[in-house]
Amino acid sequence: MIELFRNTNWDFIGKRRWAYVVSAIVILLGIGSLIAKGGLKYDIDFAGGTLIQVRFAERPSIEAIRASLARIQLGESVIQEFGDPKEFIIRLPLTGLTSEDIGKRVQQALAADASLGKPEIRRVEFVGPQVGRELQLQALYAVLTGLVGILIYIAVRFDLKGSVAAIIAVFHDVLVSVGMLSLTNREFSLPVLAALLTIIGYSVNDTIVSYDRLRENRGKAGATRGQTFAQQMNTAVNQTLSRTVLTALTTFFATAILLFFGGKVLEDFAFALFVGVITGTYSTIYIAGALVVEWTEWVEGRLRKGKKAVAKA
Amino acid sequence: MHRALWVRIGLVVVVLVLSIFYLYPPKQTINLGLDLQGGIHLVLGVEADKATAREIERTADDAKTALEKKGIAVRRVAREGNDAFVVELASPQSWNDAVTATSGPEYGAFARANEDQAAGRFRMVMLEREVNRLRDLAVRQGVETIRNRVDQFGVAEPTITRQGDDRILIQLPGVQDPDRAKALIGKTAHLEFKLLDDRTSVEDAQAGRLPETSELVFQRRVDKETKAERKIPSVVHKRALLTGAELNRAEVQADPNSPGNWQVSIEFDAKGTRIFGEVTEQNVGKQLAIILDGNLYSAPRINERIPGGRAVITGQFTVDEARDLAIVLRAGALPAPVAILEERTVGPSLGADSVRQGLIAIGASAILVFIFMLVYYRLSGLIADIGLVLNLVILLACMAAFGATLTLPGIAGIALTIGMAVDTNILIFERIREELRVGKTPRGAIESGFTRAFRTIIDTHVTVLVTAAILYNFGTGPVKGFAVSLFVGLAASLFTAVFFTRLLFDLVYMGRRKLAAISI
Repeated sequence: MIELFRNTNWDFIGKRRWAYVVSAIVILLGIGSLIAKGGLKYDIDFAGGTLIQVRFAERPSIEAIRASLARIQLGESVIQEFGDPKEFIIRLPLTGLTSEDIGKRVQQALAADASLGKPEIRRVEFVGPQVGRELQLQALYAVLTGLVGILIYIAVRFDLKGSVAAIIAVFHDVLVSVGMLSLTNREFSLPVLAALLTIIGYSVNDTIVSYDRLRENRGKAGATRGQTFAQQMNTAVNQTLSRTVLTALTTFFATAILLFFGGKVLEDFAFALFVGVITGTYSTIYIAGALVVEWTEWVEGRLRKGKKAVAKA
Repeated sequence: MHRALWVRIGLVVVVLVLSIFYLYPPKQTINLGLDLQGGIHLVLGVEADKATAREIERTADDAKTALEKKGIAVRRVAREGNDAFVVELASPQSWNDAVTATSGPEYGAFARANEDQAAGRFRMVMLEREVNRLRDLAVRQGVETIRNRVDQFGVAEPTITRQGDDRILIQLPGVQDPDRAKALIGKTAHLEFKLLDDRTSVEDAQAGRLPETSELVFQRRVDKETKAERKIPSVVHKRALLTGAELNRAEVQADPNSPGNWQVSIEFDAKGTRIFGEVTEQNVGKQLAIILDGNLYSAPRINERIPGGRAVITGQFTVDEARDLAIVLRAGALPAPVAILEERTVGPSLGADSVRQGLIAIGASAILVFIFMLVYYRLSGLIADIGLVLNLVILLACMAAFGATLTLPGIAGIALTIGMAVDTNILIFERIREELRVGKTPRGAIESGFTRAFRTIIDTHVTVLVTAAILYNFGTGPVKGFAVSLFVGLAASLFTAVFFTRLLFDLVYMGRRKLAAISI
């Protein structure tokens, strides 16, 4: 029998301060990158604009493409190689022009330079300003509803403390993922948002498993005798450790394959999932339980102080 | 064997047979999204204000004519905004007559407002109910007209539906020439016949010296060599004598006067033929301008009365342009102009690439997860793997049965489902191992492993299903596809990973008289 973890008794909760430091560093790095780059790089889904994916017969130079596009003056265009040296993504900002006009002009501009060969337009996406704004709002609602839905579910199934701690842990995962997206210069698009929402739902899973174990242990007569709450939580995290890591591992396999073999169109989406699965597992082990412990100890501390005050009087 | 066991086997067989029934043959039963098969996704915004504005203008024109007919002199009757027109009388003395004249049933949808008797001025405001009705009608007719055009253009399985108040969602799978399809859909196709105003010179008109009843229109001439566009101005009377609404037929013909070019011949209906006959009779020697969406196409001179109700639109058309123009004329004008708010076009080659890469991703993650489960949990892992295969079959069958669309993110969702569906088995197996460790018998360990893990499994499923549902609600096409495959895949895993693998466990282990060890 292969076992990755057998009767572990690592002191996760005791080292929680270190975990806070690590999380803070990662999150601050992400936030730093966000600030340095002037916020999230919205893809055209949210910012509006035009995206054109072109494949050339021969490998062209980005300069030649840029020069042809400069002639039609459609604003600051972003040109990126896309998965293949012959394939490029051109992003154009919103202008007053209609999507038909933009498409025609770009085609003409590219066709005008003979050195570019015959370009094949493989994908055109145009999102008008109205739709972009609506999608931004909807995205915010979707994330908030997701968080609130899970908050309520855990609050009903367990308690408010666990629920709030789980939500903070999930929020931590979202922050880390968004930070990583910014650090790796990826765009925030609709599929990436879908990935974040999936992380919200998935990352809380392992947390539930360990909470469940904590409750089961506390319910058993004598199982937790003489243990502080922190020790009980640590036991629960350890007992469910193999589950947490193994379930994450299989999902991690799937996301890793999507990231490396799923094709360029899905790359950012897969990347967000990939980061999310890792940070989701980390936060289950180090953050979610630890926060419940912090809270409980704080409440117990208040109670003790209260009792002392009563005793003095 | 136990009778209950037979019932459970029966249930699995039924599910399997149903799945295969819905799934076979998969090429025809699974809908591929536009991002996989290529095609156009468009969201059009209907400028419904223009429809009400046009109705206001028509009513204002009628009102002016009616007032003048009754001998009431008016200084001005003109549209104000999108829901009202103003009436200014030449003298306040005719106030009472004007009020009576504008109170008839033909103004039932209007209310008088801002009455200023001393100045002889009042506004006619369209009732909100009527404004809303017209706007709604404009969108509904827009959907119908576009459906008509797309049908004539020839697209297999198009989707054309209203979205929200004033939007139209259009999905055209497999279209080869997206630019042409867009031009066909987006053209308002408002055809008008107006007389050329030969008393006003183009120079005067461009300098702004234009009678109130005339307007400046342009004819676009594109040089076929240089692609440069010239705009030739003309002055026409504002009043349209005939419109495309009175059209019966529109056909493509070779242009006899200009080889290599094509023209569209049109034929009016009975009413149109009568009006056309009168118009040509009364205006012999004048030029009749043919105007489409505000652009002048040709202005032939009327040589004699034309009785048959036939006319020709020329304009250096290629055969495709002429064909598309004939389609839009036959299908009729859009009641209001439309604007493209969102467009996503995927070429067929990119779609095919996506399918190939998606299948590789699904295959690779399936193989990796399979091997992992087999190595880590041995025979039990194999059981979980068989469950996983059943899960994928059910997932695809459900998509086929509900007519759900498989998109590229949807494929990613399937790959992800593979990783998440075995999680359920991992939870159960880890629990069984734990029970064994504390000294339970194999039989007891299986029993309590399944029972105890069950609650946790429900919890974990609920959270992901909730987010998938939110995603479905919120997302557009491709993201919706992701939500669907995630949701269905996880729901199916409740059946396969809990019910089905339990059945296999019972068959493999529980039937034995002596169970010494489990391969887990």
